[in-house]
Amino acid sequence: MTDPVFGPAPERAPDPELVQLLTPEGERVHHPGFDADFSAEQLRGFYRDMVLVRRLDIEATALQRHGELGLWAQLLGQEAAQIGAGRALAPQDYVFPTYREHGVAWCRGVDPVRLLALFRGVDQGSWDPAEHNFGLYTIVIGAQTLHATGYAMGVQRDGLVGTGDPERDTAVVAHFGDGASSQGDVNEAFVFAASFNAPVVFFCQNNQWAISEPFERQSRIPLYRRSHGFGFPGIRVDGNDVLATYAVTKAALQRAREGQGPILIEAYTYRMGAHTTTDDPTRYRLSDDVEHWKLKDPIARLEVYLRRNGLADDDFLAEVAAEADALGERMRRECHALPDPSPHDLWDLVHAEKTAELAAQQAEYDAHAASFEEVS
Amino acid sequence: MTTMTLAKALNAGLRKAMEDDDKVVIMGEDVGTLGGVFRITDGLQKDFGDARVIDTPLAESGIVGTAVGLAMRGYRPVVEIQFDGFVYPAYDQIVCQVAKLHFRSQGRVRIPMVIRIPFGGGIGAVEHHSESPEAQFVHTPGLKVVACSNPADAYVMIQQAIHADDPVVFLEPKRLYHSAKADVDESAPAAPLWQSRVVRPGSDATLVAYGPTVSTCLDAATVAAEEGRSLEVIDLRTLSPLDLVPVHESVRRTGRLVVVHEAHVTLGVGAEIAARVTEECFHSLEAPVLRVGGFDTPYPPARIEEAFLPDLDRVLDAVDRTFGF
Ligand SMILES: Cc1ncc(C[n+]2csc(CCOP(=O)(O)OP(=O)(O)O)c2C)c(N)n1
Ligand SMILES: [Mg+2]
Repeated sequence: MTDPVFGPAPERAPDPELVQLLTPEGERVHHPGFDADFSAEQLRGFYRDMVLVRRLDIEATALQRHGELGLWAQLLGQEAAQIGAGRALAPQDYVFPTYREHGVAWCRGVDPVRLLALFRGVDQGSWDPAEHNFGLYTIVIGAQTLHATGYAMGVQRDGLVGTGDPERDTAVVAHFGDGASSQGDVNEAFVFAASFNAPVVFFCQNNQWAISEPFERQSRIPLYRRSHGFGFPGIRVDGNDVLATYAVTKAALQRAREGQGPILIEAYTYRMGAHTTTDDPTRYRLSDDVEHWKLKDPIARLEVYLRRNGLADDDFLAEVAAEADALGERMRRECHALPDPSPHDLWDLVHAEKTAELAAQQAEYDAHAASFEEVS
Repeated sequence: MTTMTLAKALNAGLRKAMEDDDKVVIMGEDVGTLGGVFRITDGLQKDFGDARVIDTPLAESGIVGTAVGLAMRGYRPVVEIQFDGFVYPAYDQIVCQVAKLHFRSQGRVRIPMVIRIPFGGGIGAVEHHSESPEAQFVHTPGLKVVACSNPADAYVMIQQAIHADDPVVFLEPKRLYHSAKADVDESAPAAPLWQSRVVRPGSDATLVAYGPTVSTCLDAATVAAEEGRSLEVIDLRTLSPLDLVPVHESVRRTGRLVVVHEAHVTLGVGAEIAARVTEECFHSLEAPVLRVGGFDTPYPPARIEEAFLPDLDRVLDAVDRTFGF
């Protein structure tokens, strides 16, 4: 229905073309904007990353089932989106993740056991963000997009945008989900990033679900078009295509580093697993949908492409499989060995400068704890 | 030595902090070209540029959230919340991020941020411009909370808060911005930020206050003295951590304590002080600890705000009651 004054309301827009370089059938296609060449080594690297990260995810899920983790947020199905985004980074770039970015953590050199520690309840993030240029997992959905934008404003103030030096020019990535796109913080981050032309790439993995709510509940228009209202470009990429995700993210990061400002990437993908290990997706979605997305599996299509073009042989695939087994074995072993933290330390972590108040409470706890030791 | 209003003292303190450390950046609504609606940042953008004094979009969560990112990049953001009642859009970022990042990261991430909030009433304003939200922040582990009550403290405390490596909620008694005038000695040695202070010695009863109610209590003590009663007045200055050492010491001598703040009494800072003083000074107390504060109603329309705000009579009445036990 067209309003005589305001014009037509946008209908629920049809899905637009997405940038794709590798079809679900494993066929290499070309895109005028993002025609990249990939070396055999690079392609094998993507494959290896995705297989290992999937293994990491499966192993962690199993550890949760065995009672070793309190919770796990699975990335199953989103390997290409995360490895593509992670491998496109320059070392100096900085990443602000959600709680599901295990693949990006992998690319940033964060030991998977650190992720287990968080979900085991040993700590709330034990990697050094400054060492990996990878922030802590953020559970309040969308909050980290503002941190990313502020960090990018800091990068601008440091004069590290548009110098032309590829080793120094820096961009920031803000990860978030389709559900988070409705949060005020994400929209405020868009406003700030646009207003200050901050070098930040907003990377939204639209995995079609926010726990039980389908994407349609969040938006009447394709998500990538949200950015247009804020005054910066948006693009949709096949998030199950590691080549396309890599190429698009790399170009967006480069653009940001050059000083051309923010961009929104919608990586169109699917959450193949449950939201987390406490979730039961059979209550809200059809297994037909999942079957449909299985045909678009990110790893299978790359494997087909590698084999068909003679870029990987049985030896290579066996080698990666063995590496995955070893990773799984190490994760199990080191997870079991993770020591519980000491309650005594709690008070030391609250502030940079501990207060007398907290020191007194800590001493009281210590005395209380010691009274039990004497009895036993 | 210069005579300054509280507003000018804050302005001078901010200027000094910006000169001392070029990582200090100021951000907020109207803080740049205009110099803030209360003119606290007057002239700073002109002198330090718009990369360091940033007029932000109008979104409090956005302001505090981006300040977190700047802090992670090594900056020391000083955020201005335009009025107390507008801090709530940023509440999530303050409570879940600013306050917790040091803890969550096991000390690897520091957020040396100052969140300046003009607080309290008495300026005849419309709704949301006269509130005292301090208890919400005192109740949040990870934050430090201070309140200045006079120009000399304001000048020093704002610099100390900026220098601190922890996030500090910095409360400014807006009613006193342009009325409180005093000599500020820029070279005087500074008292530690995390200490409360006896601002008027006395022997019969103790008054504890912070921010705008310190002057109310000093006035009450002057009147009480004329009536032959000697009241000791303590300016808390720091609300988190609470420094109650001088309060305990005082109550052990006077046996009587009245806590005065504009915030609602229920679960206010006064309630915490009453609990702690009862624990520490039980045998010295001659009367229960009394609280004088804002009623447990929303802040009222301006024409009747004087009834809501603790004034000299309500303070003296409470003191009288402590002698009635
Ligand atoms: C502010 C906030 N509200 C609610 C939650 C609970 N919650 C956790 S994840 C989630 C869904 C998020 O969906 P999306 O942004 O699409 O990310 P995905 O989980 O699909 O990766 C919800 C509602 C939360 N963590 N934070
Ligand atoms: Mg989702």
